[in-house]
Amino acid sequence: MAQTKEYPTEPLKIWNEAKQLRGKYYENYLNAHERGGLRWAGGAWAFSAIPAGLGEDVHCVTGEPYGATIAFFKDFTAKCHDAVEAAGFPRTLCAYMRNYWGSILLDKYILADGRVVDGYPTPDFIWQDHICCSHGKWYQIVKWLEEKQGKKVPLYCIDVSVGYPVDRPLEDYKINYILQQLNDGIEWLEKTTGRKYDDKLLCEAVWNEVRATRLWAQICTLNQAVPAPLDEKTMYSLYVMGTLMKHRPECVAFYEKLKAEVEDRVKRGIAAVANERFRVITDTQPPWGFLKIFREMEKYGVVSLGSLYTYGLIGMWEYRPDGTWVPRELPSKRPQTREEALKTIVEWTVNRPEWAHFYLPEAKTKMMLDIVKQWKVDAVLLHYNRGCEGLSVHIAENRLGLLEAGVPVFPFEGNMGDEREFDLPGTLARLTTFFASMGLKKNARLGGN
Amino acid sequence: MLEEVFETFRKWIDNRHEYARAWKERTQNKVVGYFCTYVPEEILYAANILPVRILGSHEPPTVTEPYIFAMYCHLCRDCLAQGLKGKFNYVNGIVEGQSCLHLRQAFNAWRLHIPTDFAHYIYIPHGVQNPHAIQYLTQEFAKFKKALEDWTGKKITNEDLDRGIRIMNKNRELMRRVYEYRKLDNPKITGLEAMEMVLSSQMTDKEEHSKLLERLLEELPNRKLNRNPGVRLMIIGSEDDDRVFMKNVEALGATFVIDEHCTGSRYLWDDVVPDEDRLFAIASRYVKRIACPSKDWAEFTRVNHAVRLAKEFKVQGTLVIQNKFCDPHGIEIPPLRDALGSIGVPTYPLEFDVTVPWGQFRTRVEAFLETLTGLEELF
Repeated sequence: MAQTKEYPTEPLKIWNEAKQLRGKYYENYLNAHERGGLRWAGGAWAFSAIPAGLGEDVHCVTGEPYGATIAFFKDFTAKCHDAVEAAGFPRTLCAYMRNYWGSILLDKYILADGRVVDGYPTPDFIWQDHICCSHGKWYQIVKWLEEKQGKKVPLYCIDVSVGYPVDRPLEDYKINYILQQLNDGIEWLEKTTGRKYDDKLLCEAVWNEVRATRLWAQICTLNQAVPAPLDEKTMYSLYVMGTLMKHRPECVAFYEKLKAEVEDRVKRGIAAVANERFRVITDTQPPWGFLKIFREMEKYGVVSLGSLYTYGLIGMWEYRPDGTWVPRELPSKRPQTREEALKTIVEWTVNRPEWAHFYLPEAKTKMMLDIVKQWKVDAVLLHYNRGCEGLSVHIAENRLGLLEAGVPVFPFEGNMGDEREFDLPGTLARLTTFFASMGLKKNARLGGN
Repeated sequence: MLEEVFETFRKWIDNRHEYARAWKERTQNKVVGYFCTYVPEEILYAANILPVRILGSHEPPTVTEPYIFAMYCHLCRDCLAQGLKGKFNYVNGIVEGQSCLHLRQAFNAWRLHIPTDFAHYIYIPHGVQNPHAIQYLTQEFAKFKKALEDWTGKKITNEDLDRGIRIMNKNRELMRRVYEYRKLDNPKITGLEAMEMVLSSQMTDKEEHSKLLERLLEELPNRKLNRNPGVRLMIIGSEDDDRVFMKNVEALGATFVIDEHCTGSRYLWDDVVPDEDRLFAIASRYVKRIACPSKDWAEFTRVNHAVRLAKEFKVQGTLVIQNKFCDPHGIEIPPLRDALGSIGVPTYPLEFDVTVPWGQFRTRVEAFLETLTGLEELF
């Protein structure tokens, strides 16, 4: 646990590229119609490779990252919440969803750099999937809100709540259930947009997605190094590409470049946190308006290496026979037909690590314990996230499982997207006590804790 | 005589555990606790198992904090609390039919921390409006049936399934017939009595319950309630078994003439339509039934159903209850308000917790009733 060394650090070379890519993503969606393109809306977990078959000029905005972007800019968030509550929705609902609806109700759109433009860019259609109670309902309300303004937005939502393959693959009937919906969905897309569907584009998008999501897992694996080359606060700005455009070639290219840079950092011993002496992971989305807690942690020599959330929300993993948790191997064959592409993406997607906990808390606990072991983690900070029913589900069981395994756990309550439910001074005070109990002191210099 | 029937319903609810224990002792068969009405009781009856719904006690749960984060609804925490306190220690197993994230936590915490012989999770589809859901659910039910057969050591035949379907259909049909009497200008049962009828059916042997319903239906046509029905209300929303609230509201000069929740009409509105493939028939019922909001997308079919109910039962106003933190129901509050408002039925939302603050609610409900009776124009 105790480290007395100070490591070299340096900024990520790819940082500006990440900012530009994300900025362009939101602008592309906004301006899609000017170029004759299409706009669609859906969640970060939607099968985004499928609408890609409609053409190269099809742009999406994914809901959760958009909700998180809003959360980062607290003034705009407050206006969104006011609008949603004035419309009669309870304030206990999913915070991303409320942020997103607020943007529609205000008829304003926020860009990645915080600029707010007038006129919410209505999607041409909604393409969503549903595993948590709010996914389908979120866009049902989007459709309803748009309808109230005289705009018709068709909605297609795929049910993926068929379970998680823990010890063996999912049964064929479960896979087929999702496949049938996707096949129907392609017909629906053609009918809805009037465009002819291109299977070649689909195959490319599917292959991009499996590559991008494996690449991200490979990048996360590099954080097993001591010192860690990346800290979680930085990773939030990197993993987000997978939540926005996991099916796009730009995403693959970005992650390839990032992987090379992080490999180089590991080789040269470049640290994310110079005084790294205590390694933690977190859980669920952070309170986006208060990311400064990560910088506060660094004052104790604490580096947050990531979380099951940052690694497995988009990254794809698998267990090796020896029990280690490793980036998932690419499918043996690159898809060449629609049938192959759909089967590939469904079989790939149902293994998403962040889907296990919806059904089996012990499966998530096991993954967390494997991260603790393989990433050499000293403690786990569990964000009891009031803003997300889906990712906080069973979190209390995870806490019990970690404690039973002897892992120090610091639970803290907050909300990823609603600052009214996060107590920054209180959290920091308790965190200080927790770190003290771990033998850490603030601003300790070399030679001690 | 009639009052005895309602008194029996009440006793069954109040003494639900004693009832189940006695049933188990008498029949030497198994009892299974279920959390959500998406569990196909037909298959449990086919296996000669008594399904009993696990519901809360409306006492503040003091034992669930380590297992369920408090941002999940009071119902799931209260259900788990009953298990942790040993109130359901007679159940041989538990089953959950996938619905909301909340109840599945009660199921999983129960599975992990309370010794039980049998725990089965049925992956009920969420996309009940898609055309493949029935076929998919048929396979899930086949798995469930097989799990029960393995557990009990007894094969479930088509005849057994037919019996299970008959038992369930009959009970639902009888309760729907009772509901018809709520349409009258002077309803023959109160909302509280209707709730107790349905709740008790979820806790007792349906065959025994149906016998009582038959008696009720014989005598109900002659019943005259010695009360002014007052304002005709609908209650709609999350799971609701808060009998005190029902009683108190109806004492304010109102009658709940219809409800739309899973401890009421949503439980009994749809039957299994027989088919050669019994599991397909049962699956069809659970896919096509009036949906829980957690499954009701992309169209608001339940909201449309509520509008139909409001018209049929001549509703003047609706109390929309949301169990705090229940996202699926919370999300539908504004669409419900608009849809019912479009036919001239005002709505009033109330957030329920494990205990209901009646003092505050009374003032609010009274104010709502005044707006419905035109008294507000005096001011």
